[in-house]
Amino acid sequence: MTANWQPVASIETLRERARLIASVRTFFVERGVLEVETPVLGQGGSTDVHLVSLATLARTDKGQRRLWLQTSPEFHMKRLLAAGSGPIFQLARSFRDGEVGARHNIEFTMLEWYRPGFSLAELIDETTTLVANILPSFAGPVVHYRYRELFHTYLAVDPFTTSLDNLRALAAERGQMSTHALAEEGRDTCLDLLMSMVIEPQLGQHELSVVVDYPASQAALARRHQDADGEWVASRFELYLNGIELANGYDELIDADEQRSRFDNDNAERRRLGLPEVECDEQLLAALQHGMPESAGVALGLDRLIQLALGKARLEDVLTFSTPNC
Amino acid sequence: MANYSTNEFKSGLKVMLDGDPCAIVENELVKPGKGQAFNRVKLRNLMTGRVGERTFKSGDSLEGADVMDLEMEYLYTDGDMWHFMKTDGSFEQYAVEKKALGDTEKWLKEQVPYIITLWNDKAISVTPPNFIELEVVETDPGLKGDTAQGGSKPATLSSGAVVRVPLFINQGEVLKIDTRSGDYVSRA
Repeated sequence: MTANWQPVASIETLRERARLIASVRTFFVERGVLEVETPVLGQGGSTDVHLVSLATLARTDKGQRRLWLQTSPEFHMKRLLAAGSGPIFQLARSFRDGEVGARHNIEFTMLEWYRPGFSLAELIDETTTLVANILPSFAGPVVHYRYRELFHTYLAVDPFTTSLDNLRALAAERGQMSTHALAEEGRDTCLDLLMSMVIEPQLGQHELSVVVDYPASQAALARRHQDADGEWVASRFELYLNGIELANGYDELIDADEQRSRFDNDNAERRRLGLPEVECDEQLLAALQHGMPESAGVALGLDRLIQLALGKARLEDVLTFSTPNC
Repeated sequence: MANYSTNEFKSGLKVMLDGDPCAIVENELVKPGKGQAFNRVKLRNLMTGRVGERTFKSGDSLEGADVMDLEMEYLYTDGDMWHFMKTDGSFEQYAVEKKALGDTEKWLKEQVPYIITLWNDKAISVTPPNFIELEVVETDPGLKGDTAQGGSKPATLSSGAVVRVPLFINQGEVLKIDTRSGDYVSRA
């Protein structure tokens, strides 16, 4: 048998892909957003407990160093913001180890952009406008949901106040996981399971669904605020279409001390789980210390957007060569 | 047996789940925007044949199941057990229980090779070849000349299976049958 050398996407699909990428660039250029290119390799990696980073050993001016393949261009782009870049966007090759499937590829293209001075609501508006522009056939409405409301609707439970025992039982039943496997898990694992297995497939059906007010524990690099019910929530949104998560946006955390403590918490959790620690990105922290303007930023899976625009079943259908045959 | 992590789950991999050997049918990564990744796995229980879904945290592992598929010829039954012999020249024989034989009982013919699934060296299922040639032992007399028109009738085959056959088929004829659907294909 000969090696499988053929591209996954057809040449016609690649033409369509190039056309869509050109319209994404036009969208931002017309809005005065500067296109930037930041390194794929960085000295700082992501501490995110649920991301597995790839690293490589490189001979640098300081001798042999481990450099991280970036899981998103976030840290470098924030350093540009702190240096006074103004609004910026990037089509960034990003890498997440182990993520292969119908909606995942280890190496993928992230469309990430930052808007100094924008509120989260303004960025949501810009993101949905972009998606509607790229998907001309999409005529449906944009519908906003609160995380808590989705759990009430689809699972008849309050994700913030229900007991951990209740959450575990519900996650086992609706998430098709064994009770035993969930016995040691905390609230967030149960919520993530229910969100992924029960709620997400219902989102973005004949509409663009925007989800806001995530639990404060799931803020990642977003600020936190108190919602209308007085609950602390993450200042973060996610965008869904056809049950597929398309984008994740933040009112960006700009406080260096708070950022350092979140890195430390991630590493404490990594130790607890027996995962390797990732030293925090001192260059990002120094940039935040210097001062980054208040900004809203969002990361959008460009391959997924193209997949949806072209009505393809699998992510790899819009890639030249996917992880299985790269 | 070795343990297999979710990222090693491939279609066909045999693992232990709730005490039963299972074959992985599909494995799909499911991940919320930020947060824990899961693997949604479709598995076929090799004892019951039933396919079910189960979710695992990405990185969790399952014990491998000592399961293998071997080609064996059917020899005979003593009424209690059905006896098969490996076709690899070793002449090694395995006795199969009725429960493991399942629906394949009606497709048994001596000297035909079957796939026997062994778990810890014990037969747990028997898969017949996709096509098998069997003699008609009982059917209504054939209608001469009726080779083109539709219409069918039941026929009992030498293995005990009853299949629908065209009206022109006679007792004593050997027929090619698709064991997956139980459909008549042609005269052999």
